[in-house]
Amino acid sequence: MSSAATTSPSVDKVDGFSRKSVRKAKQKRSQSSSQFRSQGKPIELTPLPLLKDVPTPEQPELFLKKLQQCCTVFDFMDTLSDLKMKEYKRSTLNELVDYVTVSRGYLTEQAYPEVVKMVSHNIFRTLPPSDSNEFDPEEDEPTLEASWPHLQLVYEFFIRFLESQEFQPSIAKKYIDQKFVLQLLELFDSEDPRERDYLKTVLHRIYGKFLGLRAFIRKQINNIFLRFVYETEHFNGVAELLEILGSIINGFALPLKAEHKQFLVKVLIPLHTVRSLSLFHAQLAYCIVQFLEKDPTLTEPVIRGLLKFWPKTCSQKEVMFLGELEEILDVIEPTQFVKIQEPLFKQISRCVSSPHFQVAERALYYWNNEYIMSLIEENSSVILPIMFSSLYRISKEHWNPAIVALVYNVLKAFMEMNSTLFDELTATYKSDRQREKKKEKEREELWKKLEDLELKRGLRRDGIIPT
Amino acid sequence: MAGADGDDSLYPIAVLIDELRNEDVQLRLNSIKKLSTIALALGVERTRTELLPFLTDTIYDEDEVLLALAEQLGNFTVLVGGPEYVHCLLPPLESLATVEETVVRDKAVESLRKISQEHSPVDLEVHFEPLVKRLASGDWFTSRTSACGLFSVCYPRVSSTVKAEIRQHFRTLCSDDTPMVRRAAASKLGEFAKVLELDYVKTDIISLFTALASDEQDSVRLLAVEACVSIATLLPQEDLETLVMPTLRQAAEDKSWRVRYMVADKFSELQKAVGPEITKNDLVPAFQNLLKDCEAEVRAAAANKVKEFCENLPEDNREQIIMTHILPCVKELVSDTNQHVKSALASVIMGLSTILGKDNTIEHLLPLFLAQLKDECPEVRLNIISNLDCVNEVIGIRQLSQSLLPAIVELAEDAKWRVRLAIIEYMPLLAGQLGVEFFDEKLNTLCMAWLIDHVYAIREAATCNLMKLVEKFGAEWAQNTIVPKVLGMANDPNYLHRMTTLFCINALSEACGQEITTKQMLPVVLKMSNDQVANVRFNVAKSLQKIGPVLDSNALQTEVKPVLEKLASDTDMDVKYFAQEAISVLALA
Repeated sequence: MSSAATTSPSVDKVDGFSRKSVRKAKQKRSQSSSQFRSQGKPIELTPLPLLKDVPTPEQPELFLKKLQQCCTVFDFMDTLSDLKMKEYKRSTLNELVDYVTVSRGYLTEQAYPEVVKMVSHNIFRTLPPSDSNEFDPEEDEPTLEASWPHLQLVYEFFIRFLESQEFQPSIAKKYIDQKFVLQLLELFDSEDPRERDYLKTVLHRIYGKFLGLRAFIRKQINNIFLRFVYETEHFNGVAELLEILGSIINGFALPLKAEHKQFLVKVLIPLHTVRSLSLFHAQLAYCIVQFLEKDPTLTEPVIRGLLKFWPKTCSQKEVMFLGELEEILDVIEPTQFVKIQEPLFKQISRCVSSPHFQVAERALYYWNNEYIMSLIEENSSVILPIMFSSLYRISKEHWNPAIVALVYNVLKAFMEMNSTLFDELTATYKSDRQREKKKEKEREELWKKLEDLELKRGLRRDGIIPT
Repeated sequence: MAGADGDDSLYPIAVLIDELRNEDVQLRLNSIKKLSTIALALGVERTRTELLPFLTDTIYDEDEVLLALAEQLGNFTVLVGGPEYVHCLLPPLESLATVEETVVRDKAVESLRKISQEHSPVDLEVHFEPLVKRLASGDWFTSRTSACGLFSVCYPRVSSTVKAEIRQHFRTLCSDDTPMVRRAAASKLGEFAKVLELDYVKTDIISLFTALASDEQDSVRLLAVEACVSIATLLPQEDLETLVMPTLRQAAEDKSWRVRYMVADKFSELQKAVGPEITKNDLVPAFQNLLKDCEAEVRAAAANKVKEFCENLPEDNREQIIMTHILPCVKELVSDTNQHVKSALASVIMGLSTILGKDNTIEHLLPLFLAQLKDECPEVRLNIISNLDCVNEVIGIRQLSQSLLPAIVELAEDAKWRVRLAIIEYMPLLAGQLGVEFFDEKLNTLCMAWLIDHVYAIREAATCNLMKLVEKFGAEWAQNTIVPKVLGMANDPNYLHRMTTLFCINALSEACGQEITTKQMLPVVLKMSNDQVANVRFNVAKSLQKIGPVLDSNALQTEVKPVLEKLASDTDMDVKYFAQEAISVLALA
């Protein structure tokens, strides 16, 4: 979202040196819902007796009343207003949390809409604009939700309610519907990690208990991710949603539905392209591997997808990709490996010769993995020719001695694997390079001819030389 | 010579296609960028029958390559044989319009829009419109979002039955169940409305507009606000109240700040679109609310529009509306808690003085300007100072000078060098408006102090500032006030300050003229050729090269030449280099 900072040139922002350090010194920021705030009118709630102090038959009625009272939302940015009433609501919420945990028979049919209403009133709100335009979740402190003292209890209450033995999804589904879920999903964008953690549990419970909402939830998560990848690149709760998906994928029935495969290829793979990948990469890689363990035939499209989106300039991301690829190779079936080995090792060969030593190192570590080594060995006649020229070149010219040492080990391993081929490649290394150079030259000549043609045609069009 | 129709022996398609398939992405990208050259080599016929089918079939590549391809195809009409054959380009572009990557898709749509104009009306119905329909009913959301951008280009040129179909497709996409498609449709709503017949605008478009403006996703609703501007412009005044205003009012009070932000951001356009009457009755209170919004983002966007909004108010009671409705809100914003809001306001508030005239400015605005000049945030002060010219025209700057000076002094010493840099850039303007007397008295010391700032960019700007001041106040002023101080720095123990003397001389010599340069500056420069720091010495050589053209030939031959010759045999190679360069440029060899 555009913010005030973009509408006028900000002097603070352009000074490249002070930004982070200045901001770190600041105290933790907090923010509150972006609802219209009650303008200065004090809020009055009439205190009700404690639930345990009234006879059991009257408790359901009182429970409803307390739920209604808790619909009142306070302004926590104003730390001085309504102190007494804030405290009263806090203690009431606490009482409600205890009550739904231990009581029996409280969940009358009338209670469902009131519970959902109370939760909705408290948690559903428009999230305020992010304080800094380029919020960097790795560097910056998250902005914490000011109304957390209440909000936490509401979430706590809601989870206990969903987990309660008396809870009946068949009644609740009238109130916990698609609209409710949609609003819940939007809250995952909250900057407050504590809130996102609660939301994760809530969504997980809803997914587990409401079969009718499952497809809808998956579809909406799809939409959130697609918007994140292709439109905004901003959404705070991606890691949390992926975590939930990890366990959802785990439960998919075989054979996988087309819808799920599409989700893998068209949503999860493109998620790798996002700038902030490091924030959710572990969860993402977990989901991918889950899919491949379910259905190994997906290996080829997945690896091809990763190769397509292979990072070009960001070395940190490249290291992450290599890590994920190793996780995939750990579970790959030999028949799948054969299908993908050529493009895969072309990429690995590029990584191995990366001037960034962390990238090269990460790729070379593959040769320490026994299972991968066994795959390479089985297919050395294909892989060795792909890898050879890079390895040979780096062994001579990489600036980092540690990399050179690793490369020697790899070369040695190859030599032991297939000494005939290795000798052949060593012998033809020079002539191969020359052939490549010649080809390069031919290409240049071809293009030169083509350009001449275009030039002449241009001149002819302009009437400078006759047709 | 290879003919325009291609030459099989020279350019076998296989070789060219090999290039397009090369393993190295960069080479593939290069080839695609020269696709027109390849097509030229093949000639129009083979481009149609061989190259395009190849391109259509092999559309699985890096997005970067696809982007280049999508762009190229937009300019391919001539290469396939002119408008008669332009429809050959549709299949590859259709595939490109369905890929995931937004940038590629958008480029494909752009190219499709471009070549749609080159279709004859018949071809448009036979080839282009079916493509739009296919995209509009595609399975995956990408093709449907692309379709949204194509309706408006074919609508005006097809028969009425086809028109009805297109309207139906657009309607369907506006209520698509993926928000991405609804967003695409909402963002094209205004454009589509423009090509529709007025009756359909009143029926179809308004109902779509109303629906999108109350979508469950705020990202869709806010796009409807943009469409609102175009729609309101199309409708006759008497229909606005019933067809547009209810939705606009609702948007201005939307529960999502993003939507309210959009309303604030588009406020001037909305104001022009709905006309003076509605502005008076509806927009004025709406604007007041936006200026008082609970989110700083919204207030800042609205504050940015204060001047434009006031300017465009109907003249008959403009002053009264501003004084009773807008100004009270503006006064509150001056002490807003958020610095972006204050600084947005500071960037436009001065513009109000021309609208309100002298008396109101002095009575009502001046206190606000003064308050903002004392604001704790440097950006606010800077924005006020950078707009001084507006006030100057109305009441003259003198009224402000008492507060102006401390503000300037404080900014001049701000800890952030970019703030200092910004204020230096306004010095010539301030000097012009405050006059030479005030300047000498109050600001001259500041200007000299910047010359010894510890940041090079400031010293450089200060040098440039001096030149502009001399251009304004003249050589005589320079001789009396600046030159002695500048030359005095030549004896400074810090070599960076000594170099500043040289940089100032470089900048000032032309503005000061031959007399001052020869008599006062040159001796100092020549003397510095004995400096013990090599950097100073080679800057002497550079300075001599620079001021040479201002000097007369006598001084050049008798004074400059010997010194440069001496420097040309310096022990330091840089000094030698620049001395030799100066000798050759000044033709003293």
